[in-house]
Amino acid sequence: MELILEWLGMTESAALLSLSAPGWGANLLRGLANSLQIALGAFGMGLVIGLFGAYGKLYGGPILRDLLAIYTTVIRAVPELVLILILYYVGTDLINKASGLLGYGRVEISGVVAGIWVLGIVQGAYATEILRGAIQAVPPGQIEAARAYGMPTLMTMRRVTIPAMMAFATPGLANLWLIATKDTALLAVVGFNELTLETKQAASSTRAYFTFFLAAGGLYLMVTLCSGAVFSRIEKWARRGQPSLKEAST
Amino acid sequence: MSSIKSLMQPHRIVLMALFAAFVLWCALSLRWDWIPKYAPLALEGLWTTIWILVVTTVLGFFLAIPLGLAQAIGPWYLSAPARVFCTVIRGTPLLLQIWLLYYGLGSLFPQFPWIRSSELWPYLRQAWPYAVLALTLSYAGYEGEVMRGAFSGVAKGQLEAAKSFGMPRVTMFRRIWLPQAIRNVLPTLGGETILQLKATPLVATITVVEIYAVSSRVRSDTFIVYEPLLLLALAYMVIAGLIGLAFKRFENQVPGRR
Amino acid sequence: MTLKTILATGLTLATVTAGAAQADQVKIGIAAEPYPPFASLDSSGTWVGWEVEVIDAVCAAAKLDCVLTPVAWDGIIPSLTGQQIDAIMASMSITEERLKTIDFSNPYYNTPAVIAADKAMDIAPTPEGLAGKIIGIQASTIHQAYAQEYFKDSEIRVYQTQDEANQDLFAGRIDATQADSIAMADFVGTESGSCCEIKGAVANDISILGRGVGAATRKGDAELQAALNAGIATILADGTHEAITARYFNASIYSE
Repeated sequence: MELILEWLGMTESAALLSLSAPGWGANLLRGLANSLQIALGAFGMGLVIGLFGAYGKLYGGPILRDLLAIYTTVIRAVPELVLILILYYVGTDLINKASGLLGYGRVEISGVVAGIWVLGIVQGAYATEILRGAIQAVPPGQIEAARAYGMPTLMTMRRVTIPAMMAFATPGLANLWLIATKDTALLAVVGFNELTLETKQAASSTRAYFTFFLAAGGLYLMVTLCSGAVFSRIEKWARRGQPSLKEAST
Repeated sequence: MSSIKSLMQPHRIVLMALFAAFVLWCALSLRWDWIPKYAPLALEGLWTTIWILVVTTVLGFFLAIPLGLAQAIGPWYLSAPARVFCTVIRGTPLLLQIWLLYYGLGSLFPQFPWIRSSELWPYLRQAWPYAVLALTLSYAGYEGEVMRGAFSGVAKGQLEAAKSFGMPRVTMFRRIWLPQAIRNVLPTLGGETILQLKATPLVATITVVEIYAVSSRVRSDTFIVYEPLLLLALAYMVIAGLIGLAFKRFENQVPGRR
Repeated sequence: MTLKTILATGLTLATVTAGAAQADQVKIGIAAEPYPPFASLDSSGTWVGWEVEVIDAVCAAAKLDCVLTPVAWDGIIPSLTGQQIDAIMASMSITEERLKTIDFSNPYYNTPAVIAADKAMDIAPTPEGLAGKIIGIQASTIHQAYAQEYFKDSEIRVYQTQDEANQDLFAGRIDATQADSIAMADFVGTESGSCCEIKGAVANDISILGRGVGAATRKGDAELQAALNAGIATILADGTHEAITARYFNASIYSE
């Protein structure tokens, strides 16, 4: 009897999660797609900021270094949720005012773009520290050798520094990517329909809280585990030709 | 002295002047007249934030010790669940975990009427037990992973030495293994605690009135958006700074290995 | 990171996608939460409900190209003033407090505020009747303002969405909730709302509860305000409003 009930319970959950209309599966997947899109965008933007930030912190002038120190300290001390609210409301307001002053008129900012740049700025602070540490870990002799051959700065960066630091940066960046995917959930609080908010809406419309929250948890976990596999391959590739080190700190 | 000297470089003076000008501009041209009215509420909120932070880090840390130990040396039937627990906690957003605990469990209550007449009901009605539970589990999940590394990082020779002195296993764990593992994780503890601080505002979404919730209240009562948020960010920065300092002092008092 | 860089990055990012969105579209902000029967997301991902149909009808009558933009209720006014949306049509009551920050169109519906509570509980919708009880209300609503003003002897618990308060009423974590009469009537009619009933309307206080629900616009956006007013007037006059109402409710929810 119990078995049958349990089986019946499962069929109910399966119906709720089904991809076609009466089920909410499609909504969850759309939310997941939104989450991944934002996480990817924010991670990419964070990497770009982080690369410039790391170079600025290592080789920049005193003013740039101080400004970057303020940026990374502030971002890493304030809760992401608060930063998201500040950047979301103040940021878009400022952009509109700025573009109004420049005479462009109002700029349309889609939820995805707002999410990307808000989380991107947060990610940038962490990426700055990770990449700075990784660049410092590259034996200075390698960079000096490149300079001695008269390699231009950008080419040194592209050919020597970045490939050499990849191995040191990958564990930290893998962690950062996981933070990016999980931080997209915070956008639920500003009403952006990523996976967590879609889940909440589905759950509260059907009152099947456990079914939907567990399903969403499963989706997030799947993303985490898959990215773990991908990053360990990347790390292996980045480490090729290097003597095996003990786990680099994250 | 040297820290004051380093502040007296010309560009830093300019930066500080700019910062002072910014603060002055904030003080003069933004609206702060709401502060007196909401100050008592804000202090209460601050207190809630702090006690939730302290309670959950302490409880989470004690939970992390067995989690780390199980993963480091436990038999498979202990290490596997511990590993799954850490993976699930670290692999899913905390917001989702909080909502699952609060609303998921809440949706079960009506099916079991006896819960409402039980002794626990006055607590189950409140939001803070769920907040404490969720944050504790989260801290335990992250710190458990760190503890695993810390336990494995204790030099084997020391354990062997203790064993050869005929020290009982429990004493060995209490006197040698645990203190050294804790010393290994000390440098990460400050950072983890700041991360935990940054996770506390999420419990505002399940009606716990901590400092973030107070700022939302100000926003919804007065329609002032930026000022409460800026002050809130400042408050978190101060708390984070104090945590950092406290852990640094604590770390300095513990004899290091280097 | 300087302000300038932030701005520049934001502007570039924003302009990259600006091509997709037309500038003359009117973004109508709605609350990103289930608020039946006015607006809720169905399982196919579209917004349905009385208010959604009214928005469509008003926009059609006013010849506006509207897009529904779900925003968190708690931040819906900052979103409007921050220009992420152009108007709010999310069952927002026209109150003195809000009029200091934003403008409103003429009302398009008007319903009283009620208290809902467990059937077994003897609760009157008065300050005395609710003394010592736990009342759940949604943040940033007229109900929050009202409860804070009148129910000083009760514990007030603030939720992000009304649906969360309903859920906790069902779970028994709160004793009562104050909300819009239609939304509550819908809730007590559902399976999870069967625990509860409407205990009656709270004493009206027009300075807090406002004079009906209107479409909010930014201060000074007179053009959109006029267009929305014209649209609302049209659907009230030509029977569209009545026809939509008849599909959802037994009685009219509009009064002058």
